[in-house]
Amino acid sequence: MSAEAEQTEASSPRVPRWMVELAVAALLLAIGVVMIVSNAQIGAGWAADGPQSGYFPLRMGVLLALSSVGIGVQALRMPKDLTFVRWDQLKPVLQVTIPMVGYVALIQFTGMYVASALFVAAFMKVMGKYPLWKSVLTGVLSSAVLFWVFEIKFSVPMPKGPLEALFGY
Amino acid sequence: MDLVHLLQGFAVALSWYNLGLMLIGILLGIVVGVLPGLGGPNAVAILLPMTFSMQPTSAIILLSCIYWGALFGGAITSILFNIPGEAWSVATTFDGYPLAQEGRAGEALTSAFTGSFIGALSGVVLITFLAPLVAKFALKFGPPEFFAVYFLTFCSFVGMGKGSRFKIVAAMALGFGLAAVGMDTISGQLRMTFGIGQFLRGFDFLVVVIGLFGISEILVTLEEGLAFKGKKAALDLQVVLRTWKQLPRYWLTLLRSSAVGCWLGITPGGAVAASFMGYGLAKKFARDPDRFGRGAIEGVLAPETAAHAAGTSALLPMLALGIPGSATAAVLLGGLMVWGLQPGPLLFVEQPQFVWGLIASMYLGNIAGLVVVLSTVPLFAAILRIPFAIVAPLIIVACAIGAFSVHGAMFDVWLMLVFGVVGYVFKKLDYPLAPMVLAVVLGDRAEDAFRQAILGSQGDLRVFWSHPLSASISSLALLLLFWPLITALIHRLRPARQAVAPT
Repeated sequence: MSAEAEQTEASSPRVPRWMVELAVAALLLAIGVVMIVSNAQIGAGWAADGPQSGYFPLRMGVLLALSSVGIGVQALRMPKDLTFVRWDQLKPVLQVTIPMVGYVALIQFTGMYVASALFVAAFMKVMGKYPLWKSVLTGVLSSAVLFWVFEIKFSVPMPKGPLEALFGY
Repeated sequence: MDLVHLLQGFAVALSWYNLGLMLIGILLGIVVGVLPGLGGPNAVAILLPMTFSMQPTSAIILLSCIYWGALFGGAITSILFNIPGEAWSVATTFDGYPLAQEGRAGEALTSAFTGSFIGALSGVVLITFLAPLVAKFALKFGPPEFFAVYFLTFCSFVGMGKGSRFKIVAAMALGFGLAAVGMDTISGQLRMTFGIGQFLRGFDFLVVVIGLFGISEILVTLEEGLAFKGKKAALDLQVVLRTWKQLPRYWLTLLRSSAVGCWLGITPGGAVAASFMGYGLAKKFARDPDRFGRGAIEGVLAPETAAHAAGTSALLPMLALGIPGSATAAVLLGGLMVWGLQPGPLLFVEQPQFVWGLIASMYLGNIAGLVVVLSTVPLFAAILRIPFAIVAPLIIVACAIGAFSVHGAMFDVWLMLVFGVVGYVFKKLDYPLAPMVLAVVLGDRAEDAFRQAILGSQGDLRVFWSHPLSASISSLALLLLFWPLITALIHRLRPARQAVAPT
């Protein structure tokens, strides 16, 4: 953390770390409880042929639940002024995460290659402020290379959409 | 006898095809090591599905060479750009970047690469001579012993780890929980599927790794807003030879770092811890510790040697026992299972060609790596000048393709996104990712060993102390688990004694 980082810290809203710590601990506790309950239902005890299916995972659930309580206590004790993330840091992360979700959704409709070309081009245009032709060219070229490597060289099938069908793939 | 095996291994590794794969692997690995956001475990996980149809020996040569390349590549960014390409090269920036600022980048790079090479070599020599012995010894292992070794691995994570111990345990337990989802391998019963069809298959560790290490790394990098401002590097033969002439002076540093690295690699301390410890030790024992941080050659040599020694020897427990010492080794172990090989001590007996081919390729791969990396530094420094706005989407696309190709399932790509966000949050909150990945990979095997062991004893946990062998491993595990408490106790006793002594 340098001096300039501290300056932006003052001007940008922030998410306090202890809150996130506590939220994650609560989530882990919930997962731990689900593990315990779910495995107790299928049987976590001792059967005639040895330990039942839930035996080991249930105990792991207990371990997870107990340690998440420990994490929660530590979170409550930690200094309240620690930052998890500042808004100016979170913004680029969200700017990429949300299009990434869109990209994965798009794969289901257009196939891997078209979606990838669009994603690369859009990313370059919006995040990198590149001219449109450069962005589109990079996107198309990279997908072409990927198509050559995966479909032709290694014959690893990827999801394909209407465009690939046009070429007979 | 082992030397005969090793020579046979060289015969396997020295085919043109395998040498070509080695070169490709190393070049890819250096790229991966240079680019932030694409680490060793992640790259190996993405490429693993492409090797499904290859010969296991060729496949592991390719993938392990990516690992060596990544170890070499991390140093380039640390020294020229002051950006550690990998976590294990953070310590290299302390002295590497100041050296580059002084215009001695060539020297720094040469010593970093040579140190890496020497560290790796000591790791490989250790594997060559120790791994067969460990494997032979482990042939006597039954389920209690195997579970004891798994237990030891995880206990040493908890005991030797930094930060909140609760987080280490939680990450580990979560990993075991994820591994248990799907069909129980022993009874065939479904566990924690909650009626969701996609959960039947369970969570594949490759998808978890690609999300946790790949996507999350991109997000963390974005947040820091990378600006690449690098130093120029001119590496000619003269600089290399001049630097090499100096190196024998630092033999003790090299030896110390190699030893630390080998030790931390076998116990799952990992390359990251090793690099910091190597740096710390070199500084501690230096005649003039003030030079450190301002451009000391040893400050580059020590962490690089230790990191590479640890990275290499992490493969020893993977080969000999089937228990990986690092996240990348865990991914490689997963690869073994995919290629139809059963990891464990029997590997040395049943697949000598594979094991010794791999070991021989470690020698060759590191020699080739040193030559390649010394001759291609300017090229890779240029890669770093490619703006992140181009690199980032390409890496994300590579991750998506990697996740999809594991099972050809769209669900896995969504899962990758989820684990990417989980990894981002975990990284920011200092949850350790390595024990979690290890638990996902080892979950079923550890559980099987546990269940078989307690089956024999009718559920009595004392079975782990019933034989001298498993008893000593289990006790060692507990010792490591409670190590922080033990050292704290010693520290509390010691000042009392010191207060009396200096009178």
